[in-house]
Amino acid sequence: MTTIPLPTGTPIRDTIEARPEADNYLTHTRGVLSWIFTLDHKRIGVMYMWSVLGSFLLGGIFALLLRTELLTPGPTITESADTYNQWFTLHGAIMVFLVIIPSIPAALGNIILPIMLGAKDVAFPRLNLFSYYLWIAGAVLCVMSLAMGGFDTGWTFYTPYSTTTTTGGVIPVLTAVFILGFSSIFTGLNFVVTVHKLRPPGMTWFRMPLFLWALYATAIIQVLATPVLGITLLLLIVERTVNIGIFNPAMGGDPVLYQHFFWFYSHPAVYIMILPAMGIISEIIAINSHRSIFGYRFIALSSIAIAMFSFIVWGHHMFTSGQSALMNTVFSAISFSVAIPSAVKVFNWVATLYKGSVSLTTPMWYALAFLFLFTIGGLTGLHLATLSTDVHLHDTYFVVAHFHYVMMGSALIAMIGGLHHWWPKIFGRMYDERLGTIACWIIFIGFNVTFFTQFVLGSQGMPRRYYDYQPEFQVYHVISTLGSYIMAFGFVLTAVSLFGSFFGGRRAPANPWGGRSLEWQCASPPPFDNFAKTPRVGDCYDFSVVHWDEKTGGYWVDESADPEVNPSAPPRPAH
Amino acid sequence: MSQSIAHPQDGHRADGHHDDHGHGHHDPNLAHHFDSLGQQFDSAKLGIWLFLATEVLFFGGLFAAYAILRMRHPDVFSYASHYLDTIMGGINTCVLIVSSLTMALAVRYAQTDNRRGLIACLVLTFMGAVGFLVIKYFEYSHKFHDNLVWGTSFYVPPEGAEGDAERALLKSAPAADSTIEVKDPAMFVVPDLAAKPAVDASAVKAASRGPSGLARPSGAPAPAAPSEPAPGAVEQAHPALHLEDAAMPPNTHLFFAIYYAMTGLHGVHVVAGMGILAWLTWRAVRGDFSSKNFTAVDTGGLYWHIVDLIWIFLFPLFYLIH
Repeated sequence: MTTIPLPTGTPIRDTIEARPEADNYLTHTRGVLSWIFTLDHKRIGVMYMWSVLGSFLLGGIFALLLRTELLTPGPTITESADTYNQWFTLHGAIMVFLVIIPSIPAALGNIILPIMLGAKDVAFPRLNLFSYYLWIAGAVLCVMSLAMGGFDTGWTFYTPYSTTTTTGGVIPVLTAVFILGFSSIFTGLNFVVTVHKLRPPGMTWFRMPLFLWALYATAIIQVLATPVLGITLLLLIVERTVNIGIFNPAMGGDPVLYQHFFWFYSHPAVYIMILPAMGIISEIIAINSHRSIFGYRFIALSSIAIAMFSFIVWGHHMFTSGQSALMNTVFSAISFSVAIPSAVKVFNWVATLYKGSVSLTTPMWYALAFLFLFTIGGLTGLHLATLSTDVHLHDTYFVVAHFHYVMMGSALIAMIGGLHHWWPKIFGRMYDERLGTIACWIIFIGFNVTFFTQFVLGSQGMPRRYYDYQPEFQVYHVISTLGSYIMAFGFVLTAVSLFGSFFGGRRAPANPWGGRSLEWQCASPPPFDNFAKTPRVGDCYDFSVVHWDEKTGGYWVDESADPEVNPSAPPRPAH
Repeated sequence: MSQSIAHPQDGHRADGHHDDHGHGHHDPNLAHHFDSLGQQFDSAKLGIWLFLATEVLFFGGLFAAYAILRMRHPDVFSYASHYLDTIMGGINTCVLIVSSLTMALAVRYAQTDNRRGLIACLVLTFMGAVGFLVIKYFEYSHKFHDNLVWGTSFYVPPEGAEGDAERALLKSAPAADSTIEVKDPAMFVVPDLAAKPAVDASAVKAASRGPSGLARPSGAPAPAAPSEPAPGAVEQAHPALHLEDAAMPPNTHLFFAIYYAMTGLHGVHVVAGMGILAWLTWRAVRGDFSSKNFTAVDTGGLYWHIVDLIWIFLFPLFYLIH
């Protein structure tokens, strides 16, 4: 095994005049208006990224407030349980609808997807900008709902509580989520059409990078599931304003019908969060192992399989809501089967690492953290899919821990990993590798201290969403809260390492990690049009044509050695 | 149908993706990120079909709600459906089908460079939308007049109606006991029909039933010996006849809840369609469309067809189930 050099980049001062790509998408036009009205997918993606990170900070502050309140039984920092209810509702609603759902597809996907395809833009750039402003409108309404009295329904808005609670912000936040849903639909629609119609010559379906497969599967769910959330929220708004009675048992309606509607969207939404994360992990692991991804087709098709399964498992959220025993059994069985495509991915990633020349870069550390956390999160899902154990664990901290392992430990960790992976590409700057790695470790440790404790807490019977608790649970709550502080410190370090790259970070080479897919073959940051000429593509996981270049401190791709790009190149043995 | 048309797709199929990305000599209709008009057209078509899929799922939620409510309350649906006016609904169905035909013709005329035909057909389609909404307005206002509305107000006769005495009695009747602990119990209170004072149906004047007895369920027995209407009684009539009907099953308001939800959302889509049609007409008058560039007419037309298609399902599900 040869030593694989880590990317170094080049000092800014040396090369600023020598760079032919000084004209990039960041400098192409200037002024605030050129950003507000931009149709460039990269700029829209960057705006999404800042917006999502800002919301992440806000949701994180509410998380810290929650954990601090739970340090002691009874009142700790607020006297009012209603305030606590509003905090956890806001934490959930912000993190789900404003952060995780748009984080990877709308922020990173928007920037990377067209470049990976060798395209100049997504299929509908104006729709893309429109969906960003829908997101902004949704976020503004979310904040307005706070001013109008807040909401304490939990992020699931279950009836009859959501139609009867006296908090004044319920209708604004329902409208906000309705609008955010359409933002998500339009992003998904754009991506499906872009992947179908803008693939370059040579890129067949099974030549697409796995991140594209993941985004494609995600987009299908976004397009097909989100409208049902839209109509559900609309019905809830009507129910709350003019009392039509469809969800009201006293008027012949059915509150469980609301739960069916809600989870018909919101279970697939869980896969909207995790599928693109899996795509990022496939990219990071293959590139940093410098080895062709193991089981390409299985990983690609398991994304589609997960997308399809996602539509037929929603009933497992309602095992204790009065579903028939038959339905419970069927939903339980189908829920178990989701484990199959998920495990296919994990095994393939581990097999890719085997005998690879692993570079332990910051994104790679995040990918390894993902492997641990996703495995724990996925396997504890099986406890909840099992009917008999779920009756015990339902609505306890076990559930809280499970979905945080999946939504945060997997989806968000992958998002942060992807941010590190593509940061040099997006901004043309290298961040501090050592600081990034340390931050990753601190987040990993803090995360497990916070949420592994909650598995124990939940299995001992601590219900979720409670302001007060029995004194015997306090030790776990204290450990969990300390973990959340460690995690917060890790995120601060991450921010320092990433934003520090703007101040004295070295200039990023076009290909810092040794990637083979198209986004690593245009400059960092990419030029306005991405590629002057629609490129030809070869095998995006054939790393034998990728070579280290001492001069740029990065890698370069020897396209002439790839027989799929250059027909006169010598044929290569199958790998 | 399209063999004779210079279809932009043909160019795309012939030369596939070409790498010529030189700037400045593009077709003005071709966006910079597409290789060819054919690719652009295909993308728009796929995009609109996906959007229609989201529309189907959007309404799909309501259709699912309809199915579940009807399964739970079959008596309500077969009873309340009588209150809907099949004639008006039928006319509206015809109006929409004809407007779909004119829309399809508009696409055809755009493809064959017939600008006058295109404008005429777009205007006709727009008129169809207007006609639909006018008829819908009469249907709705009639229902409101008869107090055939959603929720608890279904059981409360409107203000100023004849029969104030009955209404006063209704209001003073004890409300149903609510056993659910809620912050606002009033939301759950459904006036108990059993507590309603007995009203002699024959005392209600015939004129108060509105034109051609629409407010009366056609299956219900006609009130015995209706007396002649007093002059001027029509204006202040109390038409909430359903309240006097002992055969009305409980929770009948649910039918009207889902009826207004589905037809209302459909109406919103018709209004949006009118906006699209007006925009298309404006562009057609400006001369934007030709056999080389008819994507907007085509996609707008597809949207109009789905609005039509949803009504085709709504009409039998609400009007024709008795």
